Amino acid sequence: MEHREERLTAPVVDPPPVEEPARGSHERRLSAALFRRPRVRLAALLTLPTAWLVLVYLAALASLLATAFFSVDEFTNEVVRTFTWQNLVDVLSEPAYLQATARTVGIAAAVTVGCVLLGFPMAFYMAKVAPARWRNLLLALVVTPLWASYLVKIYAWQAMVQPETGVLAWMLQPFGLPGPGYGITATVLTLTYLWLPYMILPVYAGLERMPDSLIDASGDLGAHPARTVRSVVVPVVYPSIVAGSVFTFSLSLGDYITAQIVGGRTQMLGTIVYQNYTSSLPFAAAVALLPVAVMVVYLMLVRRTGALDNL
Amino acid sequence: MRNSRRARWTFGLVMALGLAFVYVPLGVVLINSFNASTVFAWPPQELTTHWWTATIGNEGVRAAVLTSFEVGLVATTAALLLGTLLAFALGRYTFFGRHTLSLLVVLPIALPGIVTALAFRTGFRTFLGLELSIWTVAIAHATFCIVVVYNNALARLRRMGTTPEEASMDLGADTFTTFRLVTFPLLRGALVAGALLAFGLSFDEIVVTLFTAPPGVTTLPIWIYQNLSRPNQGPVVNVVAAVLVLASILPIYLSQKLSGESTGGGRL
Repeated sequence: MEHREERLTAPVVDPPPVEEPARGSHERRLSAALFRRPRVRLAALLTLPTAWLVLVYLAALASLLATAFFSVDEFTNEVVRTFTWQNLVDVLSEPAYLQATARTVGIAAAVTVGCVLLGFPMAFYMAKVAPARWRNLLLALVVTPLWASYLVKIYAWQAMVQPETGVLAWMLQPFGLPGPGYGITATVLTLTYLWLPYMILPVYAGLERMPDSLIDASGDLGAHPARTVRSVVVPVVYPSIVAGSVFTFSLSLGDYITAQIVGGRTQMLGTIVYQNYTSSLPFAAAVALLPVAVMVVYLMLVRRTGALDNL
Repeated sequence: MRNSRRARWTFGLVMALGLAFVYVPLGVVLINSFNASTVFAWPPQELTTHWWTATIGNEGVRAAVLTSFEVGLVATTAALLLGTLLAFALGRYTFFGRHTLSLLVVLPIALPGIVTALAFRTGFRTFLGLELSIWTVAIAHATFCIVVVYNNALARLRRMGTTPEEASMDLGADTFTTFRLVTFPLLRGALVAGALLAFGLSFDEIVVTLFTAPPGVTTLPIWIYQNLSRPNQGPVVNVVAAVLVLASILPIYLSQKLSGESTGGGRL
């Protein structure tokens, strides 16, 4: 504190130095030069990250796209760089792959719906119902599982859904119901579990921005709470829900480890990529383009909601 | 705010159910790590702490943790540098291609995991002609970690505005002095939080790691993945899983302390 005061009062006591101090004068000149040239400053900031993203990431995406049009030498198993439509034709003409696409999109849609149905009321409770002093605690409780390892969470669900001896089977036993066992239901449950916080967080942020007076006004005008939620709250936070759905949908589309561990014989697009990438990289690349295509269509559909600006 | 009594109860009930949905499986993992039986069956018949001591001495687990740390440190360092530079560029300047660039940062985690993973593999091997190594894993991790550092730094830059820096310049400090004495101290908490998130993201990543690691480079998630189907490793996997559940509390606690606005973990 003393030190600080000294610095603050120093210029008043001593006359400000007329000459530039010798030490650091290069720095000062460079600083002045940079100050006058915002474009140079911007270039200095941008060069490294842009080069990285373009060289490492965009190049990777481009090579994935290119590889989908290459073929494989049958004897050496090496990728041959000659253009062919064959991989895409194979993918699109085989009913099994189209079924896998439909199944994967269906699972991703179900997961997204599940996350909205569970996540929206939770976010609403946190933002608008719970006492203000609980908010940070609830938020931390919802966010913490994001940090628990992805694999561990799937592993946990293996224990939950396991046929006969799983936790759900044990819980449902008194009601005479069986557990879900391994399969599509278990896959949807586990993926919903994995991505739920990705839905809650943006919706919570959206609800927090929404003024409480909107809900009060709706109530004053005679709307039933359910009507208020449907006609006032949901439209206001719709972009946030869409933003959350981009994550839940996309992450589900590309998942295969969940299907491998709790899906039984459920095949997703990721499973097919995983099974083929060592034997035929071009074919795997062609299959990997399917979720990309689905995502592009999805993003185009949701673009006009303005949700993408929230990502 | 006024909500009808019934509405409050309904939302409160779903909240409670949601929290149960979130925490029951994690609780099962914790209890299961004390399960004396090597085969999972609920409820456990007998409890023991034997597997915990057995896990501490497990060479494979220790080596995997070390590898994960190495990859995480390299990836976090790179992401910290690149993410901060980007946050300054995009947060303080308007230029052509700004939106494209901000989309490009999110893309590695917004695209389906398997696509990113396969893209890195083909990119490294066929485009850059690299042999897969621990470095390719770290480079791939760094790429999708940039976004969390970027998000944290950008949020802080927006919140603090440019007035502290302008004041510093008005008082005669040059760009570098201002950065050292004003900007960086204001940004530090957000950067530490971003780094923690990036490290956590890298530590946890499995799909991209599987596709960019050569045989022999085993991070902790790869070790778990390889041992999930080996019945005699079951108890050790249980303990590792339990430790990871407990360890997940630490970074969120720290990042909350360090930066008020940072709540997004994982891929957000």
